[in-house]
Amino acid sequence: MSFITGRKFINQEALPHMWCQGCGNGTVLSALARTFEQLKYTNEDTVVVTGIGCWGKADDYLTTNALHVTHGRALPFATGIKAAKPELHVVALMGDGDGTTIGGNHFIHSARRNIDITAIIVNNLNYGMTGGQFSATTPHDAITATTAFGNPERPFDVCALAEAAGANYVARTTIYNGRLLRSSIKDALTKKGFSLVEVISPCPTQFGRRNKINPAVEMLRSLRDKAVTKDVFDKLSAEEKDNHILIGSLVNKDAADFNTRYEEIRSKALQK
Amino acid sequence: MDRTPRLVQGNQAIAAAAIYAGARFFAGYPITPSSEIAEECSKKLPKVGGMYMQMEDEIASVGAMVGAALTGSKAFTATSGPGFSLMQENIGMATIGEVPCVIINVQRSGPSTGLATKPSQSDLMQIKWGRHGDQAIIALAPASVAECFALTVKAFNLAEKFRTPVILAADEIVAHMRENFIEPLPGELEVIDRKKPSGPPAQYRPFEPSEDMVSPLAAYGSEYVFHITSSMCGPEGYSNNDPANATWKIKQLHEKIAMHRDEIVETKTFDADEAQLDILLIAFGGTTRVARAAALKLRQEGVKAGVLQLVTVWPFADLEVLKYGSKAKTVVIPEMNYSGQIADEVKRVLGPAADIRRVNKYNGEVITPQDILQVVKQSN
Repeated sequence: MSFITGRKFINQEALPHMWCQGCGNGTVLSALARTFEQLKYTNEDTVVVTGIGCWGKADDYLTTNALHVTHGRALPFATGIKAAKPELHVVALMGDGDGTTIGGNHFIHSARRNIDITAIIVNNLNYGMTGGQFSATTPHDAITATTAFGNPERPFDVCALAEAAGANYVARTTIYNGRLLRSSIKDALTKKGFSLVEVISPCPTQFGRRNKINPAVEMLRSLRDKAVTKDVFDKLSAEEKDNHILIGSLVNKDAADFNTRYEEIRSKALQK
Repeated sequence: MDRTPRLVQGNQAIAAAAIYAGARFFAGYPITPSSEIAEECSKKLPKVGGMYMQMEDEIASVGAMVGAALTGSKAFTATSGPGFSLMQENIGMATIGEVPCVIINVQRSGPSTGLATKPSQSDLMQIKWGRHGDQAIIALAPASVAECFALTVKAFNLAEKFRTPVILAADEIVAHMRENFIEPLPGELEVIDRKKPSGPPAQYRPFEPSEDMVSPLAAYGSEYVFHITSSMCGPEGYSNNDPANATWKIKQLHEKIAMHRDEIVETKTFDADEAQLDILLIAFGGTTRVARAAALKLRQEGVKAGVLQLVTVWPFADLEVLKYGSKAKTVVIPEMNYSGQIADEVKRVLGPAADIRRVNKYNGEVITPQDILQVVKQSN
């Protein structure tokens, strides 16, 4: 048995990548490429759609079909691709700023529509590329480039949002939890309907530095210590929950996806 | 096939024409006075194997349209005023990605919600320059229900041929107008499909420089794997910040429109062929027939008056405006905006010495022939 490296999906010419040391993006990219290989996807039958931000640069490093779009809009573009050609594997890669802040509206509606897209949101708790300003997932009181005295806002629970909006598959992991990362991406890709994998990832350059969680390895240790599965998480007090990260598969169901429902519309339209 | 004329609304004609042109994907968000296009598409597209998608906003609508277009589908959207403003950023994405698609903008009054939803012709400069970054765009303006149909087909043809977004600059007047109309039979109007790649898939580059400035476009899911980006990119479609590449790309985006202007620019004239004219009315869209009524009235009074209709608004019909404008003593431009967006273009072409009169109305009421005659008579 050959070892799955995912190498054939990585655009070698574009390496080395532009991400900072200690950033989790490379880990997620590697997990994605390996899972493509494991599932026997091809460059031809796969389209990766990216928005703007550090993680939005991922398409440069992939050999599949790709569409790199405007800030926050990866999901609408991905929706058009999947709706028009359902046989394609469509994956949207977004950061927390891109996918849940400027693109928050598209995120909830894509989940509501239950369109068969796999969204992989790498959540590093701030806008890394623009210099570390706060996003919709930055914790309350955290220090960022635009919250020097602490963040007055509360963060989204991205997974709860996707669940409430109707996603078929929702999982959260961290880049420390490598096996869970791989298995979550695999489950999300093979699930028909809208799937979300939220990956909590360190941004040592912007977030760690300002919030005194450094060096980078300290951020990884923090992810290791905070990440707990549901059985453990459920036993924590409300205060303790705020300081932990619930990981694992959180939603797994099989409601009809958008394209299946639209086929029914076509049949009804033809009968009239 | 039934060839009896039917009373058809402009918006209905636009939807029918899109399907005639081969469009099978519509993504939009309802907004008056364009909503009938969405409603028609929601009924007709699923019957022809197509898809109507109602998105969460106009930003998403353009995104979905572009995504669908890249799977090989002919895709379009329709909107008005506020929705068209929201669309701008992703229209820029379609421009730099060279994605064929059609955006119907049924112009209504503004700024903002404005005189909802009264007619207007005040988005011409927004259509031309509404996106950030320097770029060329194609826009067509129908003056009747028949032209709503014909120009929608033409919009798709130009989009496909030149790999570019095309704007149908309709206005509430033509969109809600009902006229007798017979839909053309299949084959009666030319329908153009985009150039597709034919070489070895491994060598395909989506932005390969070519003589006509338009490279073949593959479809996602075919044997041709490709990359499209909103960033400045090289021939292979990956982001590229090299100044020499950017110089080429920006020039190419402009030149591919400019070098094909004769295929793109369409004008019509009415009574404008004499060697000398007293009055030339330059009109476009829904106010064209008002201009024609005014010209006929002037003719009855012995004034040599004619009309030049700008069927293509962008790129601007410089040659035609110069040809007809320079033989007229006075040029009159009726348009439903305050600033004279088209009049300023005419002035640029004819020069500061030309006698150019403006007829502007911006209160939601349609310009009347009397409004035009009043201005003409002031000048004589």
